[in-house]
Amino acid sequence: MTRAEELVAIHEKKTLGFWIYLMTDCVLFAALFATFAVLKNATAGGPGGSEVFDLPFVLVETFVLLTSSFTIGMALLASVRGFKKQTFFWLFATFALGVVFLSMELYEFMVLIGEGHGPQQSAFLSSYFTLVATHGIHIAVGLLWMAVVIVRLWRHNFKQTDINRLALLGLFWHFLDVIWIFIFSFVYLIGGMA
Amino acid sequence: MKKPQLDHHHSQVKYISYFVGFALSIVTTLLAYFFVVNELLPKEILIYVVMAIAVVQLIVQLVFFLHLGRGNRWKVATFAFAVIVVLVVVIGSLWIMHNLDYNMMNMTPDQMTQYMNENEGI
Repeated sequence: MTRAEELVAIHEKKTLGFWIYLMTDCVLFAALFATFAVLKNATAGGPGGSEVFDLPFVLVETFVLLTSSFTIGMALLASVRGFKKQTFFWLFATFALGVVFLSMELYEFMVLIGEGHGPQQSAFLSSYFTLVATHGIHIAVGLLWMAVVIVRLWRHNFKQTDINRLALLGLFWHFLDVIWIFIFSFVYLIGGMA
Repeated sequence: MKKPQLDHHHSQVKYISYFVGFALSIVTTLLAYFFVVNELLPKEILIYVVMAIAVVQLIVQLVFFLHLGRGNRWKVATFAFAVIVVLVVVIGSLWIMHNLDYNMMNMTPDQMTQYMNENEGI
């Protein structure tokens, strides 16, 4: 095996390890989804999903995250081909979209809490905040990681190991996109039906 | 520095896969949204339609963005295991909690008799 082949083999092992982490994260989210599904109607006299969810706002949020998933894919493809400017363009776009998404989510939380519908009001709202905020924390960590990857790519001039890191970050980001699709469908669309 | 090169055909396939994946996820998201917002179907059916669209979206993401199935078989195996665990956790929780709800309905014996007569045909 040449050195280059060896590096590819190591990267494949790391990818599998990271993939297994993502699968365990799925289980974490499954527990939170199950909690939400069970407590969906436990509103304790407070508002239900149809009264507090702003669907057009959430639809825009969803598009922002879907687009960021696409742009990070573009960044990865550009980096593998050695298109440095393109890589940075797509990475900055992804980062910006991630920040927009997170800000929208925080704004949504602030509005809910401001109206008195915080997580302490009912079991429904507790489970809603826990599930959506856990996803939000993952996004925040992903943004931090993305910043690190951008700086490393910049300083080490596209070293292969940094490109591999970007590939793993891409997996993480797509995974969060998948989780969000389920939050959008099950929490907002189904949970928001009158 | 030498990098593992992708052949031309493979690289084209990858770009197309992201474009197709992106377009399909936008379309399916809009589809689910309009079904719900315009209440095109009765609620009982609508829930299953939205669930089905979510599963389609999952498959789109897995195939076009996460590239599951290409390369490592262990990825598919661990994914299948995760799906089983997720289904057990979610369906199991709903099932057992529904059962608890049913067994702990807050009723007097008379109300319960009436409920049984009306709803259960006993």
